[in-house]
Amino acid sequence: MELTGAQIFIESLKKEGVTHLFGYPGGAVLYIYDAIYQQDAIQHILARHEQGAVHAAEGYAKANNKPGVAIVTSGPGATNAVTGIADAYMDSVPLVVFTGQVPRELIGNDAFQEVDTVGITRPCTKHNFLVENIEDLASTIKKAFYIATTGRPGPVVIDIPKDVSNEKTEFVYPETVKMRSYKPSIKGNPRQIKSAVDAMLAARKPIFYTGGGVILSQAADELTELVRRTGFPITQTLMGLGGFPMSDPQSLAMLGMHGTYEANMAMHKSDLVIAIGSRFDDRVTGNVEKFCPDAKIIHVDIDPSSISKNVKVDVPIVGQVKPVLAAILAELDQRDAIFPAGNIENWWKQINEWRKTDCLNFDNPGDVIKPQYVLQKLHEITAGDAYVTSDVGQHQMWAAQYYNFDKPNRWINSGGLGTMGFGLPAAMGVQLAYPESTVACVTGEASIQMCIQELATCKQYKLPIKVVLLNNGYMGMVRQWQEFFYEGRYSMSYFDSLPDFVMLAESFGHVGMMIDQHTDVESALKEAFDRKDDLVFMDFRTDPEENVYPMIPAGGGQSEMILV
Amino acid sequence: MRHVISILLENESGALSRVAGLFSARAYNIESLSVAPTVDPSVSRMTLVTRGDDHIIEQIIKQLNKLVSVVKLQELTPVEHIEREMVLIKAEVNDKTRDHVRMMTDIFKASILSVSPTHFVIEMTGERRKSQEFIDALAPAVVVEIVRSGSQGMSLSDKPLRSN
Ligand SMILES: Cc1ncc(C[n+]2csc(CCOP(=O)(O)OP(=O)(O)O)c2C)c(N)n1
Repeated sequence: MELTGAQIFIESLKKEGVTHLFGYPGGAVLYIYDAIYQQDAIQHILARHEQGAVHAAEGYAKANNKPGVAIVTSGPGATNAVTGIADAYMDSVPLVVFTGQVPRELIGNDAFQEVDTVGITRPCTKHNFLVENIEDLASTIKKAFYIATTGRPGPVVIDIPKDVSNEKTEFVYPETVKMRSYKPSIKGNPRQIKSAVDAMLAARKPIFYTGGGVILSQAADELTELVRRTGFPITQTLMGLGGFPMSDPQSLAMLGMHGTYEANMAMHKSDLVIAIGSRFDDRVTGNVEKFCPDAKIIHVDIDPSSISKNVKVDVPIVGQVKPVLAAILAELDQRDAIFPAGNIENWWKQINEWRKTDCLNFDNPGDVIKPQYVLQKLHEITAGDAYVTSDVGQHQMWAAQYYNFDKPNRWINSGGLGTMGFGLPAAMGVQLAYPESTVACVTGEASIQMCIQELATCKQYKLPIKVVLLNNGYMGMVRQWQEFFYEGRYSMSYFDSLPDFVMLAESFGHVGMMIDQHTDVESALKEAFDRKDDLVFMDFRTDPEENVYPMIPAGGGQSEMILV
Repeated sequence: MRHVISILLENESGALSRVAGLFSARAYNIESLSVAPTVDPSVSRMTLVTRGDDHIIEQIIKQLNKLVSVVKLQELTPVEHIEREMVLIKAEVNDKTRDHVRMMTDIFKASILSVSPTHFVIEMTGERRKSQEFIDALAPAVVVEIVRSGSQGMSLSDKPLRSN
């Protein structure tokens, strides 16, 4: 049957099993919006800004392990979406983003609302396409989903000229894709897997260092089995939290700039680092010259270009985390391998010494609300089972340090790009993916204002998100750096005017609460989370000058931590 | 170190800018780059010359491989290969220098493509080093314009670099 480009768009998304589409209309996509109007298999979520639409698609994808899908118009629609696309690129989030384009005959003419979307998004997408012929539309969509979700996942942009969306052609959706130029490897090299197992059996001071790849590859079970079987300690990156339960005694919590003392010291002193789905980011390594001086390094990653990029690796294993971990476990079985506790007894003794610094302990005299305390209570009241999104800043680090994620996909934040404004729209995507689950957005008063308009979207779609605003009156993370490294000159990191967040939430039709007493924290949280059907916006007035500790100053070595 | 990389990439709009964009985004340098379709018109072949230490070259190769438009690539530097560059040279000549230029053209096996009362246009094909020597040898004639094709490279192995 002949279908228009707009109808092909809908039918192709159905073939891909898409149920949610995040977007914002405009001239170049009006044929597509007309087709959206005439169907009900796919729910379109109308964001209030294209950045919000893309972050929502990201939140949906990160929680759900399915690709997120968004659609925006040409020109400003596309440029507004770029922040979300770049964010997804940095955190390897599978997205397919459709952008409208001016009609083909106007391309290159500086037409109304024309931008070179393919050019602008080239460096921040895994791949992108301009659909030049209607006959290519269906196969391009097929390829886009394939590229976005396989290998190292990432965003793919499809730019569709307006006239293409109105042309007709026979609709055939390809069953399979084969691309000679794109063949991601899945299984690791068996020889390297054997070497990895040899190294693990020989290690006396081993440590697992795992990242977002574990979550993306849905390999938490395999990881947990391997970590338990070896008895080795494990530390996780900001993106990997929950891949292994943080409340487990083998967990040393997060590493890196605001990681725990024991995690960073153990990395520094170890003789074997087993990196799995983590990428030796500068916020993790600190000064690479001083990084893990005595360790042999095993690195499992789907992306060959991540291996030996920042740090020289001894045993590289290119492959998807899940099958590689399964192969390592199978190799252990085959060898009847045991890891004698005696081999690493001294190592654990040393680690337990480091643990005694109790680096996440904080003074909580009760005269002010400590942000860390709010997060501990949030954990308690949600039984550690909420989906937690966050924005960027101190609150993000505290959430990572104090919520103690025990399950994968529960911690949804912007790690690579560090995008303020991510938290609220991402929470919308999560809530749409899991309507029955508890979703909390931990945020700061600066970050929340960057996508505050999405409160209206939450109202329209009745999304009962719980916004936990840790309101310290400052761009806290900026203020902290200014305190430490710029002699306390707080340049532009303080807002002289803030909205009344309670009234603001109410004006969007939500429930607002302001909490400024330590003793009210617990009851306020209880009350808010009991309101299952409402979005509750909690404005916690927290200690204005609290800092995130421990901290490795940028460029410092792993063992050079500021503890308090 | 100087490295020569042969790249087969999908012959589609934008493929070249993906490669060029990768180099600028990651601050790798491009010494020369030339590209044209192959026998298979759906594939273009690029010869790219770059410089960097082993670590950077390893990253460049991996990053190029990661581009969805790149079908296959081969690093030529470590294997036996030939490299050629074509240079067109416009030289100003007069009664004093004309014979000298003709002699040098013979010695270097270059050829004169066009002659006017005051200028020669000369084609020279060879290794980059040799074409530079030729240009230097033309003095005292004055070279007023030069265009280089950039290096073309091919391995001497019997096994062809092909897209399938
Ligand atoms: C879009 C964007 N602009 C600027 C920054 C730089 N930045 C990082 S943290 C931060 C302050 C965040 O303040 P707030 O949201 O109040 O959180 P807090 O640190 O106080 O918890 C800023 C400005 C950023 N990460 N993202």
